[in-house]
This record gives sequence, structure tokens and C-alpha cells, in this order.
Amino acid sequence: MSMIKHGLAALAAGTISVSLALPAIAAPAKFDFWFGLSGDLERVVQTLCKNFNESQKDYEVVCTSQGNYDATLQNTIAAFRAGKQPTVVQVYDVGTATMMLSGAYKPADRLMEENGYKIDYSDYFPGIARYYATSKGEMLSFPFNSSTALMYWNKDAFAKIGKTEAPKTWEDVGADLKALKDAGYECPMAINISANESWQLMEQFSAIHNQPIATENNGYDGLDARLEVNKTKFVQYVGDLKKWYDEGLIKIKSKDLGQDMVQAFASGTCEVILSSVGDHGTVTKTKKEGLNWDVAELPTYAGTERKNSLVGGASLWVLSGKSDAEYKGAAAFLNFIHDPKTALFWSTNTGYIPVTKSGFDYMKANGFYDKAPYKGRETAIASLTASEPTEITRGIRLGNFTQIRAEFGTQMQAIFANKVSVQDGIDTLVKNGDAILDRFQQTYPNKTLP
Amino acid sequence: MEKRVTFSRWTVGILFAVPQLLLIFTFFYWPAGQAVYWSLTLQQPWGGGNIWVGLDNFRSILSSADYWNSITASLVFAAISTGLAMFIALVLAALTDRQLAGSRFYRVVLIWPYGIAAPALALAFRFILAPEAGFMAVVNRMWPGFWDPGLDGADAMASIIAAFSWKYVGYNFIFFLAAFQAIPRSLIEAAAMDGSGVIRRFWDIQFPLITPTIFFLLVINITESFQDSFGIVDIMTSGGPANATNLMVYKIYSDGFKGLDYSGAAAQSIILMLLIVVLTIFQFRFIERRVHYR
Repeated sequence: MSMIKHGLAALAAGTISVSLALPAIAAPAKFDFWFGLSGDLERVVQTLCKNFNESQKDYEVVCTSQGNYDATLQNTIAAFRAGKQPTVVQVYDVGTATMMLSGAYKPADRLMEENGYKIDYSDYFPGIARYYATSKGEMLSFPFNSSTALMYWNKDAFAKIGKTEAPKTWEDVGADLKALKDAGYECPMAINISANESWQLMEQFSAIHNQPIATENNGYDGLDARLEVNKTKFVQYVGDLKKWYDEGLIKIKSKDLGQDMVQAFASGTCEVILSSVGDHGTVTKTKKEGLNWDVAELPTYAGTERKNSLVGGASLWVLSGKSDAEYKGAAAFLNFIHDPKTALFWSTNTGYIPVTKSGFDYMKANGFYDKAPYKGRETAIASLTASEPTEITRGIRLGNFTQIRAEFGTQMQAIFANKVSVQDGIDTLVKNGDAILDRFQQTYPNKTLP
Repeated sequence: MEKRVTFSRWTVGILFAVPQLLLIFTFFYWPAGQAVYWSLTLQQPWGGGNIWVGLDNFRSILSSADYWNSITASLVFAAISTGLAMFIALVLAALTDRQLAGSRFYRVVLIWPYGIAAPALALAFRFILAPEAGFMAVVNRMWPGFWDPGLDGADAMASIIAAFSWKYVGYNFIFFLAAFQAIPRSLIEAAAMDGSGVIRRFWDIQFPLITPTIFFLLVINITESFQDSFGIVDIMTSGGPANATNLMVYKIYSDGFKGLDYSGAAAQSIILMLLIVVLTIFQFRFIERRVHYR
């Protein structure tokens, strides 16, 4: 018996000494990066990781796709509660408030400083930086994949009604859609009204028109923020969309019905859509032969002073509770991603835009925006930098905003199905959204947003 | 005298039961207990702490119109899809049992749908029922605007019921067929010689004899329609349009995992569990009386 005991002890000691000795031999320090992109974009991220690993010898990043943004956040929370969190994680824009209150991160600016990297935060486009920064302007995470919403329009269809430019105001849009319909186009404009479209229909619209979504400067100034979209220009906008839908000028297109908006536009079925600049590449790749199209900034109502549109996408957070070696690697990785050359690689292979001015300048200098497939994407930068961000157009800092977006989809569907009036639907959106915000505030008593 | 293996000491019996008890504890009692605890607190998703709120979570759920809408939708879904799946399976099994032409072929084929994972079959049904591209596009061309699950809640509900029933027809069919085949041929032949027709034989002999199976399937179908509907809803409708298909199990998922409201979701799952328990007790108490086991 005692022989066995000693044998086991020796074996255990041996294993420990081997495992202690190993890191000395295996050179690069490994750390994990979890992200939420899949398909083609996942391959681009994996190439990015490979490029980082080959660019130096000290660190090795292990990149794992979790499928989508929701799953990434859910899995990271589960992993964090079990103490097995990744070092770097990609969290989508609307998860920012949840992350800030989590107490589970290491501030990105402090991480870079501790590891001796100098990052010029004023180099970020203010419209992008402010979305992720605290109300005092500190960067807790690094902007990563970024986009904004644009209007895609079919030039040939508009030529038929004597237009060579995209409509700039919603009044013009209304007239043009009518003209397109009269010219025989079955589907002048396509929209969808699920939770996802809260982004272009409610959030982007409100920012461009400098209309608040919630009190407390869209939540930046406190957890007691409550929705107020039922009192802004948004109501008029939904009313117009509904009217155009009733007149047959707008059709609803979604994957569940057989064809989503982008497919409807690329196939020439519909002539106008509002979508992310990220779909620029998709339209280029999948368009019907000979489709003559372009992108423009989202329209405004006549007499509106245009403000910057909002950024969409995700940022990179560094989580707490990891070793110094892992943090060193993470800092090197974030520094690598910050590099203008990476910006060029990233934007060339995806539809995302550069997040820094230097990245944008580097791409311009390389002639990126002059070449055919990428021409037009600079419109996104123009839209994002249309003005200095105001207190309201910085972004949206609301808890459980995913659920508010879901509520947006629910109420829009009720409005478009004629179950409720436009005002009643949006009032319900505010009421139910406030219940979600109320609950979020109760969950974090005595805590304030940084 | 019945033969029975007995153990001299009761501890041996306990020992045999321990692995099973451990499994049940780990995978049922422990998580269920945790859910009860969570439902009485407000949990911070990242584990930063929680506050005891007593029954507040239940109060806020039960006072929400959306939640009652979700309960109604679940009950409608359970009733119609269970009814459809059992009725169609019963007819098919009765026909197969009569050895009509081709019965061997569809005895095999009808079992397959149950083997398909819910999300996969939901994806197939999404294509079939797509109003612009699928089979229903033909119907829509004849009557424009007839089928619109994107905006019409009833159409969306019909879609998920069709998908769920299709899957469970296969499952129910296996049990019904086995039940029919367990009925002694001599009984049916005797009835036939007495001059009773097919329908009469079905109602007077076969149906009463398969009531235990019908009862078993009723319990299973209703329970599964509350639980197994998740994948179908997630892929086909995401609970929409306007919450028309936001079944209880889907709402738990979207509130808990998408909305990070772990406490609210825990309270909802307790309510769902209680509802299924009550329904099952009800079935055993009132419907089982009419079941003849022997």
C-alpha cells in the first residue's frame, strides 16, 4: 500500500516538475481572444490572428469564434463566473453599458500604459471613440470592427425618374418613391422591422437629427435614464414609413419571408434600402449583372442640421483576473490592431471602416477609396464625422439595450400589422423599455456608470 | 409464488441507487434549487453580487401583459399541436395496422421526422412556408396577401404548429402502431364475423384498448410542446411578429440569455415548471379515470 502511495506521489511530483519546466521551453505566451463573427468574417479574423502571431515571437493569440455577438457575451459571462474567461473579448456596441458595470474588465487605456504602449486616443474618430468611452472620455475598450448606416440606391431606377442623385431629405424620398412606383417599379424601397433594424431606423435616425433616445443624455449620465422616443421626430418618421408602406411604396423584406433587404437590393428587386456599410462588399459580390448602384448618407427631414451618425459594431475588452504574461500579450495584440496597416488589411477584407484618422489617411494614401469595389465607402466616414458628437450623438449607454431593441421590433410589427396606432405603439415601446431599464437599475444598486 | 431477488441488508440496495440519485441531484435538484434561489434575488449577470427581493420577480412577471400573452400563446400552441400530432398519427397508425398497400414502406418512413433536430426541421419549414419563395408563394399568387407570417400572428403560429406537429406525428405513430399491434387479432376477427364494420370495430374495440397509449402520448406531447418548441420558434419566428409566437420557453431564453435578466428568467422557468406539473396532475386525476389498463 505504502509503495503505491509513494509511487503516486513521485508520479505527481514528476508531472508538476514537467509542467513547470515546459513554459521555459515553449517560447510564446498564449492568450485567448473570443469573438462573435462567423462565416467569411471569421476567416478574416483568423488571418488577422495569424498575421499577429507571425509578426513577433513572444506571444501567441488563440482566436475562437463564438458564432455571434449574443453568444459571445453569454459564453464570456459563463466562463467568467467559472474563472475561465478569455483575456480579450469582442463585445458589441450595445453591450457596453453592461460591460462597464460588470467590474470584470481591465481598462484598456491603463493596460496599454502599464505595458509601455503609447496610444494617441485623439486619433480615433470622435464618433467612434465616444461611443465606447466613459462620460469622462476614458477608453475602457478598443474600437474594433466599426460601421455606420447608409442609404443604398439604384442609379438606373432613379435615372428613369430623371434623378442623378440620391434624395437628401425624407420629403424627397417620399416623392421619389412615388415616382418610382408610377414608373412601374414594384418595390421602390425595402425595409425590415425586426429588432435588428432598431439600429438604422431608430438609433441612427435619432442621432442624425440630434434627437434623444433616452433622458440623461442617452444614459451616459446615469442609470436613471428612461426612453423618450415617443416625444421626438422619430414618431413622425415611423408615421411616414407606415404611410409609405400602406401606399405600396415600401415593402417588408426579411430572411423569414424568403429574401432579406440586401438580397432584394442586390437582385434589383427593390431600389432603395437602409443598411450598414458592412453590406457594401456583399452587394458588390452578389449583385445582379449590370446593377448600377451607389451609397449615400441617410436622409434627414428638411431643415434639419445634420449631425454625426452612430457607429455600429463592437469593441475589444480585456477581462480581469489574468496573468501579467497574458496582459502583455493582449497589449501587444491591441497595439497590432491599432496599426494603420492592420486597418487597411481589415477594411479591404471586410466592409468595416477604419476607426482611426491615421488608418483612414493611410488607406486614402494607398488609393483604397479610388478603386472600383471600395469606392463609396468613404461616405460612411463622412456620415460619422458630419459633426462633432453632441451630448446626444455620442452614442447610447442603456442597460439591456438588446431587450429594448427586441421591444422595438415587437412594437413596429404591431404598428405595421395595424394592431395599434403609431403613437400608441411607440408609447408602449417606451413603457416596456422603461420597465427593462428600471430592472437594470435595480440590479446594480449603489453603482454608477464610469 | 413470485420469484424475487432480495438483499439481506438494505444498505446494499441503497448503494445500487446511489449513482442514479447522484445523477438526479446533479442534473435536476441542484440546478432547480439554484433556479429557485435566483428567482428570489436580483442577480448581476457577471456575478458581482445579488440582492434578496423575495417574490418581487414573480410579482413583476405576473403583472406583465406580455407574460400573460406568452402563457396564452403556449397553451394555444400546446392544445392545437398536440391535437394535430396525435390525431394524424392515430389515423396513420390505424391505416398501417390494417395492412393497406404500402404500409410496410410508410411504417419506416413515418418514423424519420422524429429523428430530425428541431432547428433543422424549422429551417426546412421556413423555406417551405416562406410567403415569397416557398410553397406558400403559389397560394399567395392566387390570393395575394393570404399568407404573411411576417406580420400576421395567426399565420406565424400556424407555421410553428405545423412544424412541431410534423415532428411529433412520427413519434406518436410508433407508439400507436405498437399499441394497435398488441391487440389480439382474434378480438377484431370475432367482431368482424359479428358483422361490425371498420369504424365500429375501431371505436368499440381498438380505441378502448389503446387508451393507455393515448394517455401516455397526451402527457408526453403536452410536456414536449412546452419544452421542445424552442428550436422551432428560434429559427422560424424568433417569437414574432409582435410577440404572437413568444412561447414561454422562448421568452425564458430571450429574457435570460439575450437580456441577461437571469433572475426574471429563473422565475419564469419556475412558473413554467409548476404549470407543467399542474397540467400533468390534472391529466392523471381527471383523464386517467377513463383509461383502461387491463
